[in-house]
Amino acid sequence: MARSTDDSTAIRQAVSVGAAVSAYGISFGALGVTAGLDIWQTCVLSLLMFSGGSQFALIGVLASGGVAAGPAAIAGAVLLGSRNAIYAMRMGPIIGRGWLRRAAASHLTIDESTAVSTAQQSLRAQRVGFWWTGILIFSGWNLSTLIGAFVGDALGDVSAYGLDAAAAAAFLGLLWPRLKELQPVVVAIAAAVVAAVLTPMLPAGLPVLAAAGVAVIVGLTNWLGVTQPHTLAEEVSADTIVTEDEHS
Amino acid sequence: MTMWSIIIIASLGCLALKVSGYLVPPSFMERPRPSRVANLLTVALLAALVATQTFGAGTEIVVDARVPALLLAAALFALRVPFILVIIAAAATAALLRLLY
Repeated sequence: MARSTDDSTAIRQAVSVGAAVSAYGISFGALGVTAGLDIWQTCVLSLLMFSGGSQFALIGVLASGGVAAGPAAIAGAVLLGSRNAIYAMRMGPIIGRGWLRRAAASHLTIDESTAVSTAQQSLRAQRVGFWWTGILIFSGWNLSTLIGAFVGDALGDVSAYGLDAAAAAAFLGLLWPRLKELQPVVVAIAAAVVAAVLTPMLPAGLPVLAAAGVAVIVGLTNWLGVTQPHTLAEEVSADTIVTEDEHS
Repeated sequence: MTMWSIIIIASLGCLALKVSGYLVPPSFMERPRPSRVANLLTVALLAALVATQTFGAGTEIVVDARVPALLLAAALFALRVPFILVIIAAAATAALLRLLY
């Protein structure tokens, strides 16, 4: 039986997004081991946490503060994961009923699977887009993390190879697609300044958490925000990272 | 706290957030405030991580080879160069500068 055009569009987008995201799992794997985790700890993060931003945040804080910065590292990773809860609310009606299906879907609920899914027209294509993207990235991300972890382990010393600069660039890459309006740009600059100013005063990890306060204040007051409030669907599709670029 | 416990606790926390989203009633979604805070939280945390990862050295602020590497990365992201290539270029820039100076 031939697939509908809607379904093939969803699958094509899932494959292109999946390939792009999987490739940078290599940088996560390499940075994980240079942050002080062993190969298996790095891989367990990709399997169990499975959310790029949170994973990079956790190893970023552990790299500068070590195990002593554990609580701050956990808090940073979990706060960054809060957007996945919003994506899950959006995906709930699309995924449908059945606790097993919803449990599997919840683990695969990330930026990319939500973005590809919500970009589709029909409910069927939205489901196809979600599962294809989620499963492809889950497989690719975990495989490339393993490869990257072995590469990082073989490379050895961090700074000599510039991997610390790679970590900074990785965070910038995750931030970049979100800077399309004035409000997030102002929040980003203010948060960066707050974190840098507090770095000499607080233990590792805490300056990053303090910077989160900027988002809470601006978010609650909607300072510099658009007067027309965004619906969640618009917010999610605005996060489409690779799909728009490759299919426009 | 051991490295393993940090990894397990943080992972379960992230997983719990994903699950919680499937448990709340859909009407919660209609409110713009929670999604706005969550989006800005992501922006603020990532920006703070860019700053500390670029200028931080323990509890000190330093300017070193990471700064030009990050500027190059920003330029490449602006030109829509793929993520993995930008990361490699940034690492190579910092490594090369350290080799030369």
